[in-house]
Amino acid sequence: MSLLKRAVRTWLLVELFRGLMLTGKYFFKKKITIEYPEERTPLSPRFRGLHALRRYENGEERCIACKLCEVVCPALAIIIESEERDDNTRRTTRYDIDMTKCIYCGLCQEACPVDAIVETQEFEYASETREALYYTKDMLLDMGDRYEEQIAANIAADAKYR
Amino acid sequence: MSWLDVSITAGIWALEILAIAVPVALSVAYITYVERRVIGFMQVRKGCNRVGWAGLLQPIADGLKLFLKETIIPTTANKLLFVAAPVMALVPALVAFAVVPFGETTLFGVWETAHVMAIADLNIGVLYVMAISSLSIYGVLMAGWASNSKYTFIGAMRATCQMVSYEIAMGFAIVTVLMMSGSMNLSAIVHAQQGGFWHWYLIPLFPMFMVYFISGCAEVARTPFDLIETEELVSGYFTEYSGMWFATFSLAEYGAMILISLLTSILFLGGWYAPLPVLDFIPGTVWLLAKTSFLIFVFIWFRATFPRYRYDQMMRLGWKVFLPLTLVWLAVIGLAIYTPGISDIINFWRPGVGA
Repeated sequence: MSLLKRAVRTWLLVELFRGLMLTGKYFFKKKITIEYPEERTPLSPRFRGLHALRRYENGEERCIACKLCEVVCPALAIIIESEERDDNTRRTTRYDIDMTKCIYCGLCQEACPVDAIVETQEFEYASETREALYYTKDMLLDMGDRYEEQIAANIAADAKYR
Repeated sequence: MSWLDVSITAGIWALEILAIAVPVALSVAYITYVERRVIGFMQVRKGCNRVGWAGLLQPIADGLKLFLKETIIPTTANKLLFVAAPVMALVPALVAFAVVPFGETTLFGVWETAHVMAIADLNIGVLYVMAISSLSIYGVLMAGWASNSKYTFIGAMRATCQMVSYEIAMGFAIVTVLMMSGSMNLSAIVHAQQGGFWHWYLIPLFPMFMVYFISGCAEVARTPFDLIETEELVSGYFTEYSGMWFATFSLAEYGAMILISLLTSILFLGGWYAPLPVLDFIPGTVWLLAKTSFLIFVFIWFRATFPRYRYDQMMRLGWKVFLPLTLVWLAVIGLAIYTPGISDIINFWRPGVGA
């Protein structure tokens, strides 16, 4: 009996029609495509994009040149040089991140004791040259100035999990 | 006949050929678009919708890209055969359209009787189509051999095996149609199915319809039978082709797909006749193209649904399933025609032949 049943199902192509009905049903379903430049997915506050160097509210840069980020960086993408400033504090003279080396692991912002180096939600910085992906201290500070509001909000949103 | 008559006749022929070849080429371009959209929709995506309104200029952009690309001929290839192969594949695919009747027209009452809209209303139309469409395998075989690469070679071998195997089942499926219609003329086959969908050969020959359509799927190497151009073979017989020559192969392939859909509509779905006599006010060509479009949609639907056959499974289906099935149905139809009593039932679908 089961053999007969199986033969009928095979010869009437039952399973093939069932498959066709399934794809036919999905044909009319709502499409989940997000048309990227116009539509975007929401980003997590922990999103790890382009880096930024932050400042305190009085305009003093946060980085104290402890070089923890340089040490922890697994891709050796960060280069820091520092010297003593006139007011006897230690500050960086050079803070470069090579974005072609960076693997966006986020260890630098975890290591930073003063929340100076952070990763923003900015990810549209593709360029046609490798040189344009070599970010110097000025560029990183500029990123921090422009995105400070967003960075602060993200750190606040994530604070209770840190 | 003066030279004027000759040149007028030749000019009319050229116009007729253009009137079929140009729409075929255009519909090939837009079938690629429809294919991408439909498969996208079935995968809950939107598909290409960027170039032009709703992506309608996408095939033109694709064609332009392929046209501007460099044609690479491998140094170890046989150059003459390599260049000739795409043409050998394309020409039969287009030439086969010559006998396809696209409908009947009186040219808005200019002619007294309705004329069949075909370049050549051939009495052996079915035979012609079978002969010409199987010629395109030579292009594939030449391409696979001339490229001098193992992937193309295996692809061409598979293609040849597939063509030979499924041509037989397809041929027998057509034979049952010929037994019903008593004619090899495609327009006569359509005429025999006049008057509503219950007169179509789809009903008495339903298994043959399935066999014909699925074999057609294998003939034009569409999924689930596209194992002659799989990823495992680095896209099979046209691995080494690029640019315009590659496009020529796709043109041939999609052209063959249109042809199979047209023939299925003509042989089994009543050609240019409306499914209900009430709907006869819509021109026949519209009905034929609607049926064909639906079958092309089904081809794409198959592609979105079914996984690919393994090589031995495909051979088994062709030789151990389709061939016996068609032979059995051939006998069934033959006996039905010659058995008193039953022949009255079957003769319902054989106007002008059975009585």
